[in-house]
Amino acid sequence: MKLSQQQNCNTRRNNSFRTTGPLDSSVDSAFKPLASFFWVVLHGLCCLISLVLGFRFSRLIFFLLFSTNTTSTTNHYTVPALLRTTSDATQTLTLQTPPVLITDTPSNRTNPATTSSRVVVGRHGILIRPWPHPNPIEVMKAHRIIERVQREQRLQYGVKNPRPLIIVTPTYIRTFQTLHLTGLMHSLMLVPYDLTWIVVEAGGTTKETAALLEKSGLRTIHIGFEERMPITWEARHRMETRMRLRALRVVREQRLDGIVMFADDGNTHSMELFDEIQSVKWIGALSVGILAHSGNSDESSSLLQKQEDEENLPLPVQGPACNSSGQLVGWHTFNSLPYVEKSATYIDDRAIVLPRKLEWAGFVLNSKLVWKDIEDKPEWVKDLDKLVADEEDLDSPLSLLEDTSVVEPLGNCGRKILLWWLRVEARADSKFPPGWIIDPPLDITVPAKRTPWPDAPPELPSNENVSGAQERREKPSSKTGRVSRARHSRSKRRRESRIADSQVSGRHAEEK
Amino acid sequence: MKVPIWVFVVVAVLATAFVLRIGAEELDQSHQTERIAGSAGDVLEDDPVGRLKVFVYELPSKYNKKILQKDPRCLTHMFAAEIFMHWFLLSSPVRTLNPEEADWFYTPVYTTCDLTPNGLPLPFKSPRMMRSAIQLISSNWPFWNRTEGADHFFVVPHDFGACFHYQEEKAIERGILPLLQRATLVQTFGQRNHVCLNEGSITIPPYAPPQKMQAHLIPPDTPRSIFVYFRGLFYDVGNDPEGGYYARGARASVWENFKNNPLFDISTEHPTTYYEDMQRAVFCLCPLGWAPWSPRLVEGVIFGCIPVIIADDIVLPFADAIPWEEIGVFVAEKDVPKLDTILTSIPPEVVLRKQRLLANPSMKQAMLFPQPAQPGDAFHQILNGLARKLPRDKSIHLKPGEKILNWTAGPVGDLKPW
Repeated sequence: MKLSQQQNCNTRRNNSFRTTGPLDSSVDSAFKPLASFFWVVLHGLCCLISLVLGFRFSRLIFFLLFSTNTTSTTNHYTVPALLRTTSDATQTLTLQTPPVLITDTPSNRTNPATTSSRVVVGRHGILIRPWPHPNPIEVMKAHRIIERVQREQRLQYGVKNPRPLIIVTPTYIRTFQTLHLTGLMHSLMLVPYDLTWIVVEAGGTTKETAALLEKSGLRTIHIGFEERMPITWEARHRMETRMRLRALRVVREQRLDGIVMFADDGNTHSMELFDEIQSVKWIGALSVGILAHSGNSDESSSLLQKQEDEENLPLPVQGPACNSSGQLVGWHTFNSLPYVEKSATYIDDRAIVLPRKLEWAGFVLNSKLVWKDIEDKPEWVKDLDKLVADEEDLDSPLSLLEDTSVVEPLGNCGRKILLWWLRVEARADSKFPPGWIIDPPLDITVPAKRTPWPDAPPELPSNENVSGAQERREKPSSKTGRVSRARHSRSKRRRESRIADSQVSGRHAEEK
Repeated sequence: MKVPIWVFVVVAVLATAFVLRIGAEELDQSHQTERIAGSAGDVLEDDPVGRLKVFVYELPSKYNKKILQKDPRCLTHMFAAEIFMHWFLLSSPVRTLNPEEADWFYTPVYTTCDLTPNGLPLPFKSPRMMRSAIQLISSNWPFWNRTEGADHFFVVPHDFGACFHYQEEKAIERGILPLLQRATLVQTFGQRNHVCLNEGSITIPPYAPPQKMQAHLIPPDTPRSIFVYFRGLFYDVGNDPEGGYYARGARASVWENFKNNPLFDISTEHPTTYYEDMQRAVFCLCPLGWAPWSPRLVEGVIFGCIPVIIADDIVLPFADAIPWEEIGVFVAEKDVPKLDTILTSIPPEVVLRKQRLLANPSMKQAMLFPQPAQPGDAFHQILNGLARKLPRDKSIHLKPGEKILNWTAGPVGDLKPW
């Protein structure tokens, strides 16, 4: 502060020499040398006073003392300016610096008829309102404006005549189901098109899954599949295929119209994906990035890593392969050879989970392809019922086609990766609270008012059933709590040792 | 039927006419742009060829080519319009080699090309350069003395136009160069009731490199998610350490009031994605700096971001051809603390309409100086502006022996030869 005052002092000296020019001209020329000396002394004095007081004192004095001496034109400008800075409802940052004005004297001389400008050159106050923080109502209005602008943009430049989407997801109850389904659900809730979500659940429909789907607010069709999910990955992939076909049968029976997309609950989708698939005519293929889950760090995986570096393997991608003119010429599939020994067989193996050669997730279909009888059905698609009845091993939707060359490559001919495939599951024996609700609350309930927290207020609500909630809230403060205190009872010591344990093992300690 | 045949014919004709008109309107709607019509009418798309003739004086190369050779940076800075205007006129169909039939006379003198090592133009020699050029043309051709310059035009894109100074007080003190009092000035500076803006001047946008801006276009369906965007200085610590002088305190006020507001993406850091960010913003602030004009206006128009102009009494480029009131938002400097209230209270339909006007390709073309020139660009708008001043009345021609301009007016330093 002092330093800035010093600097202000210096610059002010420079400024004052510059701006007191016109004022000087009004002083009698005979006393010029004495007057300038007097100015310097007075200015220095004012500088010192300002240093002491902490605000700019000199300018105000000069202004007030000498405003009457100057020509009438300066007066004309200064009075409204002074009024402006002092009588404004808003504060000014530099309250004590009224504008020092340079008059338009040349223009007054040459052309007295022109109207003088309202806008004056010189130092102005910086207007700051008393509460320079956002007003929540205005923030909401701004968001509504932005929303309207974005909607207009989508109408103009986005997809014209968007078709409804039909999302097919096979799932089953397990620890990570909530994790995966919540992610997928949020992605689908952001999609700006009409959508129908067909969720096929292995082992029959359950209340938990239904409750989860309720929260989405989307139109869902929850179907139960009467077999339990097997524990090997091979079998699981095959069962998921059968579940997808079951969903396609629903599309056929209900004659749902739109674009069918296969969204597995472990995958991650980008929002551009949903815009891109609107352009499919009959059947389209996308590039899928494969995030092959490598197990924990052990020698085997580090060896694999070295091997990867040697061969310079990029992220494996499944999808259509195009030639330079943008036509489909083949497929990039997943090369599972490097991973063969390391791949996981059981769902909770700590090893790499491999995808199939071509995942279902990378394909989108026009729902009319699975309908029973429509007039302009293309000849190259097989009938769905015949396929299921034949019990063929349907690896990918390509088996639905007689001729695979009609597939349309999407996403800039497969160059853009719009979704990623990943399979992560918890250990098979992992237990999670049903519905992810802890009921009854955790076992440690300490009556709050007898707890010797050092920074807790003395009076606390004497509610004995202060549940785990308060306990949990207070647990972080226990980091600073002193565990060993002089006055404890035996029970307290036990409690505190428990609390010490819980500090170590995290919040959801369940042991007694 | 009792109804005569001609009734059916008339009805049929009317019906088709009706349908066609609706069709035409729908076509316009689907393009989602609106025609721009300023106070001079729907003039952005006028073709100046055939409406005026311009004669270009042949000055010795020390006035133009040699200066440019000394510093080729003059072609890329924001004052490059004077050079490109010269090149455009040399090869334009409005140019005539016969000065007797010319309506306008152009003097190619590059007064804004004396650059510091940093790239800022020094205006100290410009008055002398201009004087020397005018002395040359008045002694070698009779056309200057005929009207004392009333049918001549000059391009002076510097900070305060023909006042030839970068500091506003000095510029006001000097005023417009006395010899240019009767000529038409084509300048970027525009402020009402200001000494440095003559009555008949044409305001033009500052030069912004068209290829550079085209190279940074992003797909138009990228959603606009920034509400207000600004990048630039709020305090000019080098020249105005205390604040309150630079931008008349308006930029500092914007910073102090809105630095904590999440709707305002404002900062002094210049990112590499500056152009892309502008295309993701709904409003772009264009506050005054040391001078009221800035290239931000041009950038905002090109990138479809509604300009919020905070500069009292500013005169924007081609103000008679472009209805800026309908395209941008004008905020008085004293209303800056209420900027968020002002912007959020604009109804969404008005915002959409402004965006439609900005999306009009003729609007974007009018702000650019492309090389080579294209129809509807800023060069043509300047010629349109000159053409709108024709035909002139004969009073500008001086009687023999009559003298209006004072050749010795102005500061003594200006009278030295260049």
